[in-house]
Amino acid sequence: MINRILAIAGSEARIALRNRWVAILVAMMALFALVLSAAGSAPTGVLGADRLSVIVASLTSLSVYLVPLMALLMSFDAVAGEVERGTLSLLLTYPVSRAEVLAGKLLAHLAILTLAVAVGYGVAAAAALATDHEATNGLAALWRLMWSSVLLGATFLGVGYAISALARRPSGAAGLAIGLWLVAIVLYDLGLLAAVVADNGGTFTSAIFPYTLLANPADAFRLFNLAASQATSAAAGIGGAASTIPIWQSLTSIALWPVLALAIANAAFRKVTP
Amino acid sequence: MMLTLHQLTKSFQGTPALNGVSLSVGAGERVALLGHNGAGKSTLMKIILGLIPYDSGEVMVTGAAPGSPHARMQVAYLPENVAFHPALTGLEQTRTYLRLRGHDPALAMPLLERVGLHAAAKRRIGTYSKGMRQRVGLAQALIGRPKLLVLDEPTSGLDPVSRRGFYALLDGLAAEGASILLSSHALTEVEARTDRVLILSAGNLVAQGALSDLRRQAALSVLLQITPRDRAAVAAALPEARDEGGLLTLTCPQSTKLATLARITALGDKVADLDVLPPSLEDIYSHFSQRDGQ
Repeated sequence: MINRILAIAGSEARIALRNRWVAILVAMMALFALVLSAAGSAPTGVLGADRLSVIVASLTSLSVYLVPLMALLMSFDAVAGEVERGTLSLLLTYPVSRAEVLAGKLLAHLAILTLAVAVGYGVAAAAALATDHEATNGLAALWRLMWSSVLLGATFLGVGYAISALARRPSGAAGLAIGLWLVAIVLYDLGLLAAVVADNGGTFTSAIFPYTLLANPADAFRLFNLAASQATSAAAGIGGAASTIPIWQSLTSIALWPVLALAIANAAFRKVTP
Repeated sequence: MMLTLHQLTKSFQGTPALNGVSLSVGAGERVALLGHNGAGKSTLMKIILGLIPYDSGEVMVTGAAPGSPHARMQVAYLPENVAFHPALTGLEQTRTYLRLRGHDPALAMPLLERVGLHAAAKRRIGTYSKGMRQRVGLAQALIGRPKLLVLDEPTSGLDPVSRRGFYALLDGLAAEGASILLSSHALTEVEARTDRVLILSAGNLVAQGALSDLRRQAALSVLLQITPRDRAAVAAALPEARDEGGLLTLTCPQSTKLATLARITALGDKVADLDVLPPSLEDIYSHFSQRDGQ
């Protein structure tokens, strides 16, 4: 089983390298991290936090947008592309299960995502450590951000595979993926913000709002990292809510979401007839 | 039996695709599946491979259910218009397929040599011609001595020389005991290279057997083409012959073939040349596939 998963993963990784996905994603993360490091140098003195902790807070806000986007970009083609090229029917006559096919793709895509995130965060950390001796205090927060980003990536890879299997065509899958990203990452928060404002401190804000945040993997990711790093003051918006929700709850959400998303992807892939 | 189908029925949204098809393929047998586009050839193959479910009937592939892990280990498939990811090289793709079947990826190069693709092995498949992709497809179908090869239009895109090489490969595999089920439009090449033909028409298996048997069953007439030296004399002696641009042609049933030939040869040097054209596979094929449709 492991050999078959590795065979698929090796093939996928090679394809991603050839298609320049690896180069594009790594360069994108490094560039954004550099810009953040340069822009984030100003408020350090005011907050009294070390520089790396402040950068981790900024990186969290950045990753909430970029990690799901990168994951969806890599995954939307995974099943639909094989169907359209006509490669899936042959693959499925091999002694390899559909779960193994997905696992192989996941392994390759997750490795690429991890590489991009590690390079990006590494660049930011190096910039912080070079200018602030206190910055080593923030290393724990950076490590947390690192592995939670990988979990967030796995969630959206799973979501992307599910979309890919449901759409059957790459163009349809691409549209769905962008739409989902917009809804889950951008509109969801705007909607919640509007509801909180309209509610004006009523039962929605106190009883329901925290769970709506936990239900969205991106928000849970943000809550977890901001609460854990204690750098909430450096972040705007949702940061305020982070202090009221116990950290184990957000941790549970970000740990369960990848399992759920991949289970949905597997179920959707099972229904695909080549 | 490597493959047994009993009363196999399949329909797509109410449209019947296969109606009670029963057939079997023994070890080392080469069987050709003939039929028009939409006759159900690809559907039949996909059911055998376990890619799509069937409605009723029984299917046994190497003694197991189609698509089961055991069957998949024993069966190789070459799809019609086989495709691969264009960013991979032929060698990389073949190595991946070897690993998926649990074989040493180092066997990829010898496999590609066997199908005559070693020179282009390290080029991306995106740069390949259709015939070259077909060779990659054939190479992957040869992995690990499969017991049953299911080949959908395997020679499409191959030039005549490659086709000959391809059938020589198949002969070797069949001699080693592999069963081969292939579909083809190139009827004349199937004629010489398979043990048995199956004719599918609108989802029904309308005929099966060795080609010589089918030819006898169809009892189609023989076409005689005469090149006359003395046209008037020949035409007078053979009033049933039609004049077709200098040639005189006449058809006769198998039973009177020798008698008719005797009449022609009796004309002596009034005849310059004579060709006897037996019913082609195309004729036999349309005979059986039309008979059912009517």
